Amino acid sequence: MLKESIKMSWKNIINNKMRSFLTVLGIVIGVTAIISLITIVQGLQNEVTSRFADLGAGKIAVQAFGTPLKQGLSDNNIKSLSEIENVSGVSPNLTLVSSVVKNGKVLEDIKIEGRNEVFFRNSPDFIARGRPLNILDMESKNKVCIINQAVAKELFLGEDPVDKTLQIGGTTYLVAGIIDEEVTSDVITLFAGNQSDYRIIIPYTTAMGMAGIGSINVLEIYISDTSYTDEVIEQVELILNQTFNFKDNSFEIINLDSIVDTMNTMNDMMTAVLAGIASIALLVGGIGIMNMMLVSVSERTTEIGLRKALGAEPKNIQLQFLIESIFLSLLGGFFGLILGLLISYLACMGIGIDFRLSYLAIFLGVGFSAGVGIIFGWAPARKASMLNPIDALRSV
Amino acid sequence: MGKEILLMQDIVKTYNMGDEDQVVLKGINLSVDEGEFLSVLGPSGSGKSTLMNIIGCLDMPTSGTYILRGRNISEQDQKQLARIRNKEIGFIFQSFQLLPRLTALENVELPLIYSKIPPSERRKRAMEMLEKVGLADRMYHRPNQLSGGQQQRVAIARALSNNPTLLLADEPTGALDQKTGKQVMELFRELNNEGHTIIMITHDSNIASYGNRIVRILDGNLREGDLKDA
Ligand SMILES: Nc1ncnc2c1ncn2[C@@H]1O[C@H](COP(=O)(O)OP(=O)(O)OP(=O)(O)O)[C@@H](O)[C@H]1O
Ligand SMILES: [Mg+2]
Repeated sequence: MLKESIKMSWKNIINNKMRSFLTVLGIVIGVTAIISLITIVQGLQNEVTSRFADLGAGKIAVQAFGTPLKQGLSDNNIKSLSEIENVSGVSPNLTLVSSVVKNGKVLEDIKIEGRNEVFFRNSPDFIARGRPLNILDMESKNKVCIINQAVAKELFLGEDPVDKTLQIGGTTYLVAGIIDEEVTSDVITLFAGNQSDYRIIIPYTTAMGMAGIGSINVLEIYISDTSYTDEVIEQVELILNQTFNFKDNSFEIINLDSIVDTMNTMNDMMTAVLAGIASIALLVGGIGIMNMMLVSVSERTTEIGLRKALGAEPKNIQLQFLIESIFLSLLGGFFGLILGLLISYLACMGIGIDFRLSYLAIFLGVGFSAGVGIIFGWAPARKASMLNPIDALRSV
Repeated sequence: MGKEILLMQDIVKTYNMGDEDQVVLKGINLSVDEGEFLSVLGPSGSGKSTLMNIIGCLDMPTSGTYILRGRNISEQDQKQLARIRNKEIGFIFQSFQLLPRLTALENVELPLIYSKIPPSERRKRAMEMLEKVGLADRMYHRPNQLSGGQQQRVAIARALSNNPTLLLADEPTGALDQKTGKQVMELFRELNNEGHTIIMITHDSNIASYGNRIVRILDGNLREGDLKDA
């Protein structure tokens, strides 16, 4: 019986190809939208989360705005911060802008970063060739630098830059190492979006002397055991408050783990909102299916009457129409699924993130369309099953 | 004659038309025995189709008792009525009522589907029925590829397929020309000779005369007729 119903439904759909197609369009659009939205947003979320996990796991960032009296943190402050329990190191981050010269070739307005050995110790794969900056460089304020491929290409023209020199702000620096471009930079650079730009890193002590600044405003604190992150943050707050005399807005602590959490929540909310909007298309599609089913019921009044005269029970009739509407919407769901996966695959390729087949999306697509078929097919199917066979047969 | 398969007592059918009730059947008494070929003859609007719908369990009388094969029809629920229509009655309509998208064979299979006969058995029986009505070479034709007479034969094969107690025909020749109508009537006679009980409704006394018993219906009243009346 079920087989016959399915066969009949298929025949009816095939017999009204154009009408079925148009009816199903709403479902196709709805499911396409839901699936591509979920897949793309999830892809983005995975990407961002994994980048943040690379960059942000086990560290907090501090921005010290300072007060008019004390404009930033001193070496002593850094030392007391690094002595907090469960802190494995503190890495200051200075930036200044200067010109870089090599062989008469000039790069104007290059951002120079000042960092310490802690930074390099915590990113062991950061250097592709040469050596990282070490504690001696800090203490002796050595004139050494780490450059990236872009700088190497621009200034050294195929020559190996390691142990060669260049001029930063008129002073000669020795190139100690080259950055491995595969390794992502820190969060701040990531946000600034200048990864492909020129990058030069020098010892922070050298940088401080060069810019004539006596204090540090940006630093990262590495935590050895992340289960104590909250305690570490408390201690950091205490030290900074004492340093800045409990002035409001003199510093800010950014916990990257909590940023990742917040971003994930925001992403989930965004997915929900977008999926909600997309389900309006499904709703409209459902109404389309209901409309087609009602038309189909009134077109086939005689058929229904005849089937009843031949012995069909109301439930047989109801089942047949229900199967037809589920069939229709599953058909729409199927095309929506394919289209949605195709679109999200292309989008992921376009954005440059991993395309991951989302079982949730497939489940939602198929589930939603079957649900729409049942919900919006119910009333027409019920109407068909309740038809009085005499009225139905007389309508010829 | 054989044993009684159908008994109607004081069957009244009233249609409620706004303020006033229209009494279409005014107390019908009828008994049909197994093996009879009964013609119900009456002019248009006399209530023939109304009576046929009640006999076929498609409609319920307003009052009166209708007993089919020992079962009181007014006591059956929807599901039981569907089963009775499926197993006891073979309908033949004036306008054939074949499903246009199905082949002759599939049309004949329909009642068997609803009695849950397995597909292979179904097919075999449907083929037998089509052979019986002389359409062995038209099994895979669709209704619009068949002549009116052929279509009515498919409908007859369908009515026979579940081996019903009673064949119920409402103006079976109404849509056919005289010659084809006559052929269909010959087929009815044959089926009756094989033992099938037939109730045929018609307004045409020539057609009615194929039956071996005639009742006349006029203004909702039924009375036994004479074959000579026809
Ligand atoms: N559902 C209904 N509501 C109201 N009146 C009805 C209904 N069905 C039938 N009637 C009336 O009952 C009367 C008998 O109708 P019926 O269809 O039984 O006639 P008939 O004898 O079959 O006529 P014909 O030979 O033209 O088919 C008619 O006057 C018709 O108007
Ligand atoms: Mg009639």
